[in-house]
Amino acid sequence: MSSVKTSPVGAPPRRSKRRATAARVGDARLAWILIAPSVLGFLVFAAYPAIRGVYLSFTDYRVLSAPEWVGLKNFQELMGDDKFWGSLGVTIQFVILTVALTMIVSIASAVILHRVTSSTLIRSIVILPFLISNVVAAVVWSWMLDRQLGIVNIALEALGNDSIGFLSDRGWVVPTLAVITVWKTAGYTTILVFAGLQTIPPQIYEAGKLDGASEVAMFRRLTLPLLRPILAMVLVLTVIGAFQVFDIVQVSTKGGPANASLVLQMYIYDKAFGQFDFGYASAMSLVLFVMLIVISFAQMRLLRASESDQN
Amino acid sequence: MSVRTKRRLPNVGRILAIGYLAIVVIITLFPFYWMLRTAFSDNYALLGNPASLLPVDFTWGPFQRVLGLQSVEDARAEGGSGASVELASYLRNSIIYAGIATFCQVFFAALAAYAFSRLHWKGRDLIFGILFTALMIPGILTLLPNFVLIKDLGLLNSFAGLILPGAFFSAFNIFFLRQFFLGQSTEIEEAAMLDGASRLRIFFRISLPLASGPLTTLSVLGFITYWNDYFWPLLVSSDESTQPLTLALAVFKQSSPQAQPDWAGLMAAALLAALPMLIMFGFFGKRIVNSLGFSGLK
Repeated sequence: MSSVKTSPVGAPPRRSKRRATAARVGDARLAWILIAPSVLGFLVFAAYPAIRGVYLSFTDYRVLSAPEWVGLKNFQELMGDDKFWGSLGVTIQFVILTVALTMIVSIASAVILHRVTSSTLIRSIVILPFLISNVVAAVVWSWMLDRQLGIVNIALEALGNDSIGFLSDRGWVVPTLAVITVWKTAGYTTILVFAGLQTIPPQIYEAGKLDGASEVAMFRRLTLPLLRPILAMVLVLTVIGAFQVFDIVQVSTKGGPANASLVLQMYIYDKAFGQFDFGYASAMSLVLFVMLIVISFAQMRLLRASESDQN
Repeated sequence: MSVRTKRRLPNVGRILAIGYLAIVVIITLFPFYWMLRTAFSDNYALLGNPASLLPVDFTWGPFQRVLGLQSVEDARAEGGSGASVELASYLRNSIIYAGIATFCQVFFAALAAYAFSRLHWKGRDLIFGILFTALMIPGILTLLPNFVLIKDLGLLNSFAGLILPGAFFSAFNIFFLRQFFLGQSTEIEEAAMLDGASRLRIFFRISLPLASGPLTTLSVLGFITYWNDYFWPLLVSSDESTQPLTLALAVFKQSSPQAQPDWAGLMAAALLAALPMLIMFGFFGKRIVNSLGFSGLK
């Protein structure tokens, strides 16, 4: 007791500093133990496969025998592969439709939700499709869009139209898959945009109102610019997700009819697990990966450019 | 006057906005209702009355059929096809897969996040930065090599093969929890340290319980993701002893006869696959909606 009282002012800090140093030595050891599982998982199931994936794209690899180095052969073949270019075209068409629809629907829904109601119930309803699997979504929509018995075609016929082969007609299949995907994911992106809207201080709109700005003008001049960072993020997420679409296509059309919905990921899967051509499939994965990285960086740059606009 | 009605839409605009929301809600909910309506219908009777808004010849048959509780004759009489599933065992597989994978992923992320926020050690920021780059790598690049790895390890058709690749490392979970720990006051932990408690004891007795909120959020989100996962199980599970529900449902759909599929059975199976997530949403709905907003702000 008394020793504490009479101890010089400088002593406690020095002692706690020594303690801290001792703790830090122990910290380092403990820290490495704590991060060991994560680092191991990163090395074994992320870093190593990524490098191996690049390597495999330069090999002829049929799974049963060891990979054989063939240099650029896979990529040269890829250049002349009509099916690859076809699937790239299908994928890009799918991406454009999905991304455009998702952005329009989620911005409109989020802004309107934000203005009209603070009800958690409606936001919960909107998020429901996010909770179910792509497989369930594909199965349910396959049923609703069935040529003979599907409720959508029955409704169309009742209104005097011809029935449509949504998933069996070459011209309809990609837009249909895009709509199913938007139904599945737009609720999620709506909630993301909504969260962005909640970070905008309401005073900004009051100031706009005092200046006599119309609703449309405020949306264009205030909401959109302030939302830009989150919209850019949602855009990147949606583009990356859409480029890698697989589940819904695999379950509802398997790429048909006649490859009309053969998206890249579906073609990669066919090559690898239908024809066991892992080298070629890896080369396609690498091309898709590079495309995604380039697109993401382009979008990030756009985002940064827009940030400097505001300052 | 204008001050009182600030930020209220003009009437016409408000009606249009509510109309828009009504349409969005209907389009969102209708497929769920249609799934329910069809799952309680007699598959033969559906042929004659496809537009009915209520179940046609109400029956529990489709559910009994997909759970393997209906005799073959009864199934045929209600329009069940030859293709059948017994969802119960797939349900068990899904629970094992999603349960273990989620637990490991969140637990190991919590350990790492603690080391990246509370402990002071050389190289901390560098290693965090390296792990963080993993967020930038889309699954497409690692999917095939991971399959080859699991095959080489002889783990195809095993729960280990399903679970291992995602169980140890999740960049997003680590980031999410690190943010949480950094935002928490360290007073209680320091007090415990002065009392002589070890770091590890403090972590398990104080830090982890304090983080129960974000841990629950990540567990719920992780469980949903694993429960709905299709691509990875499709690659590594070709045997029904490990296949999850998503695979069973896809196989059931693809093996249905083209001419006259068992739509009622399919919808019953789809509903059973979706139901656990919908129930979980009933419990954690608000948390999910709010944390999704945050997940976007990463």
